[in-house]
Amino acid sequence: MIRILGQIFRTGIVTEPLPPVTDPEIEKIGVELGKIIKRHFRRSLAIRQVDAGSCNACELEIHAINNPIYNCERFGIHFTASPRFADMLLVTGPVSHNMEIALRRTYNATPPPKLVVAVGDCACTGGIFGESYASLGGIEKVIPVDARIPGCPPTPTALLQGILKAVGR
Amino acid sequence: MSTQIASRTPYPYEHRLDIWILNFILLIMSKLEETLRSAFGESATQIEGQQPSSIAAFLVPRERFAEAAKALKKEYALLAAEWATDETLLGKGFGIYACYRKESEYLIVKTSAPADDPTFPSLTKKFVPAYRFERQISSLMGVTAIGHPDQRPWIKHEDWPEDAWPLRKSFDASKSLPRVPGEYRWIRAEGEGVYEIPVGPVHAGIIEPGHFRFQAVGEDIINLEEKLGYVHKGIEKRFEAFSWHEASRLAARTSGDTTVAHSLAYSQAVEALTGCIPPDRALWLRALFLERERIANHLGDLGAICNDVAFAILLYQFMRLKEMFLRTNLKLFGHRFMMDRIVPGGTTFDIDADGVTTILSELDWLEKEFERLVVIYDENSSVEDRVRDTGILKSEKARELCVVGFVARASGLNLDCRIHHPFPPYDRINVSIPILVSGDVHARAWVRVEEVRDSMRIIREILKTLPDGEIAASVGSPMPDRAGFAAVEGWRGEVIYWVQSGLKGEINRCMVRDPSSVNWLGLEQCIHGNIVPDFPLCNKSFNQSYSGHDL
Repeated sequence: MIRILGQIFRTGIVTEPLPPVTDPEIEKIGVELGKIIKRHFRRSLAIRQVDAGSCNACELEIHAINNPIYNCERFGIHFTASPRFADMLLVTGPVSHNMEIALRRTYNATPPPKLVVAVGDCACTGGIFGESYASLGGIEKVIPVDARIPGCPPTPTALLQGILKAVGR
Repeated sequence: MSTQIASRTPYPYEHRLDIWILNFILLIMSKLEETLRSAFGESATQIEGQQPSSIAAFLVPRERFAEAAKALKKEYALLAAEWATDETLLGKGFGIYACYRKESEYLIVKTSAPADDPTFPSLTKKFVPAYRFERQISSLMGVTAIGHPDQRPWIKHEDWPEDAWPLRKSFDASKSLPRVPGEYRWIRAEGEGVYEIPVGPVHAGIIEPGHFRFQAVGEDIINLEEKLGYVHKGIEKRFEAFSWHEASRLAARTSGDTTVAHSLAYSQAVEALTGCIPPDRALWLRALFLERERIANHLGDLGAICNDVAFAILLYQFMRLKEMFLRTNLKLFGHRFMMDRIVPGGTTFDIDADGVTTILSELDWLEKEFERLVVIYDENSSVEDRVRDTGILKSEKARELCVVGFVARASGLNLDCRIHHPFPPYDRINVSIPILVSGDVHARAWVRVEEVRDSMRIIREILKTLPDGEIAASVGSPMPDRAGFAAVEGWRGEVIYWVQSGLKGEINRCMVRDPSSVNWLGLEQCIHGNIVPDFPLCNKSFNQSYSGHDL
């Protein structure tokens, strides 16, 4: 126990301030949408992450925004296990053919008002997997998208900035 | 004798005396090839187009394909991979390949089936991984294994049209697949109090999708059945649409957390195919990237295993270490995961003296921090209670399933491509393999701890002996109808790539065998006698790739 406490005090607080958005790539669709979102989601955001066929690199970066350095929870952002509790769906992957139904069902199970954010090049455009018998070419083909965060994979900073921008902060 | 040694020496390294000596020793010990030759005599003809020359490949008659498996099994070979190729454009029918491994030796046994009778004898009686490989071959290539007891599709789902075989040349990959009604038959348990618990494909955390079906009585698991394929993106088919150079980007994105090992295996297979010799500096840099990927993933996994036993403090502490480590990757190599840093011919990024100093001081810092966390993990009795004797994969089972990587090493198997199939600098840096026999969650975690320690030492050795020179050589076009093979020890285990050139030197087939393709079987077997709440812990201790498996 002493060792654990010692490690806690030795480590201290490592959370870094989030740099302001300078990257024009982070795109939010719709100005009106932003106003609605700001009104509803000011305090906290429950995110349900859905992997619709990604290679897993985007998932690693989404894990990273939960680490003590990026610390998404200080913004009120937390990840939830069920789409029923979610305000936002964070979707990765080009939507593989076998995940199409699961993605649709997850989307339908999320009660409105809800946001969908496409994370990574594959979710935005299909990435290197493109459109084929097995890859649908981006999540827009299946569910409506409210914001896109491109990258392969997008860095945790870009992810946080993108999520916050999507909710109007 | 000397010509035989010359043909055994891996093509790029013929000038290296130490590799000649190694191959001399191998020659005396090359049991698999001898075994095949003595069992088959004239019936087994050597395939000349297989590169590198250290990998022997033989063509056997179709009706004796399973007999080869039997003979090699007697010689303690393990099945590393089994796949099919559509060679109709090369004027042959379907090729069915099985790659066997015994310690340092790989042996490829091929048979062929005519286009109008795409069947071959199943290897399931002798080798358990054949269960999955052959289902995959049947589902995606439409080549059936006669005698396989399980004809359900694998990776292909039950709502695909029956005659959709994507890997066939006749299949148009650009058209979307219609959905047909279908049902997947599950293994069921009957009796009072038996519950069937389906989990997935969308899982509770931030993780890839897959389906697990438990048959449980109360909390005790009677059986676990996996159903994967949810992340199938048609990668092997997509390779065939790219040039050799473009395809390295696809290889890097097969499994995002193993991007370095996949790129490396792909690049080595293409280099073997085209006779390209990367400069020594590139080889050293590749080893550096590989070890860095190993450390980063092991740090993350150790944290995640602790999180699954509700010891969250170590999750955050390990994630902090991993974050610092990834930032160094970004600073020195331009990408946190070093994606696209290894290409056929060499590497795309170099390191300067400042970079070397940065890494060495980072390792000093990491070592201190890491050891502190390991002591906290080791001393904690609640963690110990959860991780010891949970999810035991017995040694005999591990051997039967032909598992690879840290899963194998945690269950007593002595397997590591860095020792058994090395490329420079691994042939001169001593890699120590940590082997535990308990096969439980703790063993898989502890193997990772030892590997992190060893990788730090290996990186120091790599940087100390880093040769000067170029970082890439040019890659020529391959001859038609040749094959290249590579096996690399990724952080999960052995990654195998087998590439075949078509008549115009284009990609006819790129076979990817991620270690997950065999290791997923281990999860199903280790869970017997455990409780449902321990499943996430066992799954995390394996941490296999869904994307690398599903392709």
